[in-house]
Amino acid sequence: MADEIVLLSTWPSMFGMRVRVALAEKGLKYEYREEDLWNKSPLLLMMNPVHKKIPVLIHNGKPISESMIIVEYIDEVWNHKSPLLPTDPYQRAQARFWADYVDKKLYDIGKKIIWSTKGEEQETGKKEFIECLKLLEGELGDNPYFGGENFGFVDVSLVTFSGWFHTYESYGNLSIETECPKLVAWTKRCLEKESVSSSLADPHKIHDFASEVRKRLGIE
Amino acid sequence: MGEEVKLIGSIQSLFSFRIEWALKLKGVEYEYIKEDVRNKSPLIFKYNPVHKKVPVLVHGGKSLPESLVILEYIDETWKNCPLLPEDPSQRAMARFWAKYADEKCLIAVWQAYMAEGEEKEKAMGPALESLAFLEKEIKGKKFFGGEKIGFLDLAVGWIPHWLNVLEEVGSMKLLDAEKFPSLHEWAENFIQISPIKECIPPREELVSYFHSALIYLRSLSANKP
Repeated sequence: MADEIVLLSTWPSMFGMRVRVALAEKGLKYEYREEDLWNKSPLLLMMNPVHKKIPVLIHNGKPISESMIIVEYIDEVWNHKSPLLPTDPYQRAQARFWADYVDKKLYDIGKKIIWSTKGEEQETGKKEFIECLKLLEGELGDNPYFGGENFGFVDVSLVTFSGWFHTYESYGNLSIETECPKLVAWTKRCLEKESVSSSLADPHKIHDFASEVRKRLGIE
Repeated sequence: MGEEVKLIGSIQSLFSFRIEWALKLKGVEYEYIKEDVRNKSPLIFKYNPVHKKVPVLVHGGKSLPESLVILEYIDETWKNCPLLPEDPSQRAMARFWAKYADEKCLIAVWQAYMAEGEEKEKAMGPALESLAFLEKEIKGKKFFGGEKIGFLDLAVGWIPHWLNVLEEVGSMKLLDAEKFPSLHEWAENFIQISPIKECIPPREELVSYFHSALIYLRSLSANKP
């Protein structure tokens, strides 16, 4: 029986993109359904009644939510190709720790830069954002990927934020390349992979999207 | 696996106890290093420089923070008495609910505990909503892990003991046996299981800690501009 895979997501979402990258890494075919977050579909509300958020992966009718939980699920089910987590338990734990760090810190801090109306909050956000990226850059070290020689779990968790870098830079008046050159080099290296380049949205389109949302929220 | 296992934890931390329960369930010998969260030692800054929190597991000299990450590590390293199910979709569900319990339920309970006066009733709303989701999840099952306790039971294991204390100190009632009969029953069953029942912090200690924490936290928000 062929696997039926459906992904509910929105094109600018860095969380949705993570799932796309994982599915592409495994060479999986799936149906993509674009959600309108201002008008969520009955399917989304049914498949993720708890959070009512994207992304949701529906595999043979069973829904899985929360992007890195979905990525780990994909890695476990389709374990014959391109493993995203290493086999050693300590290295797996390290990977989960850093992916969790990206989840806990980067998005919420980044929000202060793009969606804040208060100057002080935005300035704090900028400082914290760069600190986070520098910590992650330190963790990358001289490795080509966070997964070491191979693209892995932490790479998936972070690379999708790179599509938003231009937006963070524009609204935050900062240069991520100046602050974290190794990290930006890593994003370019990741973009050479088909699974990444085919899954990430265009940074300029993302910036236009952010601008539209800011207008809608009355902050632009 | 002969390498030394140490757990840096604290008697007030519900996150610490998850790890103790997991290690004891698996029969893993460990050295417990007691931290006081109100007065952190240099050890915490050394072993968890990123978050500076307990618990931290140190195995063969290698350190690991973040309780849910540690639980998965323990499960993968000591394979007896498995905590996570084998089926990937059930594993994903256990992880989903553990994350939910930490990021929504616990936070909502905390906000309700801190709220005062008119705000308290309002703050209790999200906490009750999240307990309702957990009630639905446990309905028809003895434990979240099925017949035996598992990953999710350990992750929400704060409910029988800590929630009770937060309710008392925070002057609120959340886990009502009539509103949440299945969750209430699960809580009663959970604390009867070995090693949980032998490894629970003294109630007076928790009451005293959360009482002084409340005074401190409320004074912080009173001083905010």
